[in-house]
Amino acid sequence: MVGTVLRRLAVFVASLAVSTVVVFAFMVLLPGDPARVALGTDASDAAVDQLRHEFGLDRPLPVQYASWIGGLLTGRLGTSYVSGAQIGPQLADRLQVSLILVLASMVVAVVVAVPLGVWMAVRHRRPIGVVLSALAQLGVAVPAFLAGILLITIFAVRLGWLPANGWTPPAVDPVMFVRQLVLPALALGLVQGAVLTRYVRSAVLDVLREDYLRTARAKGLRPAQALWRHGLRNAAVPVVTVLGLQLATTLVGAVVVERVFVIPGLGSLLLDAVGNRDLLVVQDVVMVLVAAVLLVNLLVDVLYVVLDPRLRLGDA
Amino acid sequence: MSTVVDPVLRVRDLTIRTRSVELLRGVDLTIGRGERVGLIGESGSGKSITSLAIMGLLPDNVQATGSVRLGERELLGTPERELARVRGRDVAMVFQEPMTALNPTMRIGDQVAEAMLIHHTQPSRAAAADRAIELLEAVRLPDPKALVRAYPHQLSGGQRQRVVLAIALANDPALLICDEPTTALDVTVQQLVLDLLVRGVEERDAAMLFITHDLAVVANVCEQVAVMYGGRIVEAGPVNEVFRRPRHRYTQGLLAASDLAVDPHSGQLRAIAGSVPAAGRFPEGCVFRSRCWKATDQCRAEPPWTGAPHGPGYACWHPAQSEVIT
Amino acid sequence: MSDLTAPGGPAPDLAGDRSYPGTLLVGCALTGVVVLLALVSFVWTPYDPGLIDGLHRLQGPSGEHLLGTDKFGRDELSRIMVGARTTVFVGVVAVGLSVLVGVPLGILGAMGPRWLGELVGRLGDLVLAFPALLLAIMLSAVYGGSTLTAMIAIGIAGIPTFARVTRSGALGVLRSDYVLAARSCGLSAPAIAVRHVLPNVSSLIIVQASVAFAMAILAEAALSFLGLGTPPDVPSWGRMLQESQELLFVAPRLAWVPGAAIALAVLGFNLLGDGLRDRLDPRLKERR
Repeated sequence: MVGTVLRRLAVFVASLAVSTVVVFAFMVLLPGDPARVALGTDASDAAVDQLRHEFGLDRPLPVQYASWIGGLLTGRLGTSYVSGAQIGPQLADRLQVSLILVLASMVVAVVVAVPLGVWMAVRHRRPIGVVLSALAQLGVAVPAFLAGILLITIFAVRLGWLPANGWTPPAVDPVMFVRQLVLPALALGLVQGAVLTRYVRSAVLDVLREDYLRTARAKGLRPAQALWRHGLRNAAVPVVTVLGLQLATTLVGAVVVERVFVIPGLGSLLLDAVGNRDLLVVQDVVMVLVAAVLLVNLLVDVLYVVLDPRLRLGDA
Repeated sequence: MSTVVDPVLRVRDLTIRTRSVELLRGVDLTIGRGERVGLIGESGSGKSITSLAIMGLLPDNVQATGSVRLGERELLGTPERELARVRGRDVAMVFQEPMTALNPTMRIGDQVAEAMLIHHTQPSRAAAADRAIELLEAVRLPDPKALVRAYPHQLSGGQRQRVVLAIALANDPALLICDEPTTALDVTVQQLVLDLLVRGVEERDAAMLFITHDLAVVANVCEQVAVMYGGRIVEAGPVNEVFRRPRHRYTQGLLAASDLAVDPHSGQLRAIAGSVPAAGRFPEGCVFRSRCWKATDQCRAEPPWTGAPHGPGYACWHPAQSEVIT
Repeated sequence: MSDLTAPGGPAPDLAGDRSYPGTLLVGCALTGVVVLLALVSFVWTPYDPGLIDGLHRLQGPSGEHLLGTDKFGRDELSRIMVGARTTVFVGVVAVGLSVLVGVPLGILGAMGPRWLGELVGRLGDLVLAFPALLLAIMLSAVYGGSTLTAMIAIGIAGIPTFARVTRSGALGVLRSDYVLAARSCGLSAPAIAVRHVLPNVSSLIIVQASVAFAMAILAEAALSFLGLGTPPDVPSWGRMLQESQELLFVAPRLAWVPGAAIALAVLGFNLLGDGLRDRLDPRLKERR
């Protein structure tokens, strides 16, 4: 088991290393001079050169790369080309906000999808199962930002129960924090939940066909007990994979939902940086997001090994 | 089968049908305490659906009528909650496919102990765990103390089938149903598993219903045999009688096709012409007449049961003479 | 196998799960409407989609304007129709890019030497760490947002999935007896690829293309919504949705109309994919 985990860890580190090169190359090698971009097209060449020197852009590329990586590892992410502010602390603040949103929505997704998916699988021949399946299909087709807008029109505009947008840190006003978190978390979570529901349903349907479930019934377990004790863990194996993929999708999907609900997270930071042509900030935020996606994949791999004993010998 | 006074299992006129197709018709079976009955027939003859009916594990989309009594208790029509209390305690089952019959994510010991914990036949988790080790030892699995911590994928097919047997025997059931328990196993371990099965039921004085298409195994293991074709029992009786003097033409054909008997006329193995029709495609009257070499117009009518009611006998218009063929 | 870096062991699979009858029909109908709207918009729209009409601003649905008008008095139905054009265009180009690059890579990964297969798998895993939206944002940070950057980003992000689907399908075909027979007759590798592998994996690719089309619609809408996709003067569903946001309290209808268009189009392509999978997947036919 340890061997398997170590091997996956090695793959993670290697992927991360290659991704840093890709992101760096993407931002540096593509035509377009960050200093020129930051100052605008009408800036003088001297001013541009001055800025290039200030940012270290006149150094050889390997040196630039090494200093960027060094900064990433030590948490000194450098200063914004545009505002001149420290990127590190700002990024940490924004990341915290995004993580709260993403985790809250994953909770929504799981709470909706697991019971619903199991129920739909058990009832898959009854009319209610068919209706719920159709609804889940429709849910999959609604992007999170659209869900967000629709939720605002219903719960903020029509009913007036919840604020339409905004963000309050929990330390400042816990009640307001929750009230403002509900709609964005629902927007992201319900959509992911619809996707997840279909996978839960499919995984449970597969498990229901398994011989060991019949063995469990033959032992004297009632159908629901047999499914609960013997089916769910086995069904969890493929579902965890999907959940991991979704967590990664949600991290990126949050970028758009943050824009809908005016939430100061990583997504707003990224989009503002794109708008301002603040390339170093873009580079750093993209790297953080990619690292997060890779980290989630690693965690899924490890969890997978924990859930399925067949993978533990390293022979899978 | 005939003279059982106080049977463990008494099946009467069991008929099972889906919305459109009849799967089983008028099946009678009686098994006494300590008795071992073989149920034989080709695949598609209705053996497995019979066993599922007795276990109360029929799929939702079929309907069963008639009577299935386990001891004093009628099982047909009993609510699931009560059936679950009987299953695994009074009647247990060993399935055909050991590779998939165990939960891949649960330790062997826990799977065996669970059978006892469900029915509270052991006072505590620890007691059930200890008993699980004894049961695994009884089916002659090596190093049972270590084995309880293993997962199914670490065991061979034969070993897994012995675990399934240990689970089935855990609560000393009155009836053990075995559905082709050795078919999926290597020839070398088949005999071992058969010996363990027989010993397991003998020690408990339990009744056994042994489903197979392998006549040699039935001759080896059972005292009584029932032959099934087209969802009906076409012949039943003591193994010695039926295998030496088959009366129904289907039984005769089965025996001829097996290596138990050699056709006295040609001296060669013979197979039954044609193949088993799909469910619902069996002919009216005698179900075997579409493949029978003795069929006449008379066979369009359903042949009556000749012999003791619910006991030894056959259902054939043109039975073979009671000559000894071996 | 490339599964080492992909999360989990066996890929999650909805394939064994047969969809309900009528799926293919509804899928065809919905996608048909989208394509039809786009085609008709070239010839006819009720109004000029860019026509500003100060007298008829923010009108509800009526006989004159079936879906009402926006804040500039522009006809919503006309804009939805022209928006369908953008949607279909971006989808076709993006999915086309994914197929043209992904399918050959997948066949190469299956038929080439082992290390090549490994390399293709690893590259795919790497690209998967960059979702379409992130790629598009990176591209537009450098080049500015446009329909082109959106299409390229969505297309690139789709490549690994096509490569993976093709590779696993091709590996199955290559193991079969008829390929062995063809090989023993001395048929060259490229000939086997074209004559045996491609036709046999084509149904997998078609199904994946339908699903990828749905993803492309979602991604394009998101990018236009963020202002990183289609430029403001070209009607697109995502941008209509973005423009509706400031008027949510006044005219929520302006959000519902393009929203429904996006959802129904995505639903259509998803259902089409499911239905085609049931129809084309030989594994399912054997199972039932």
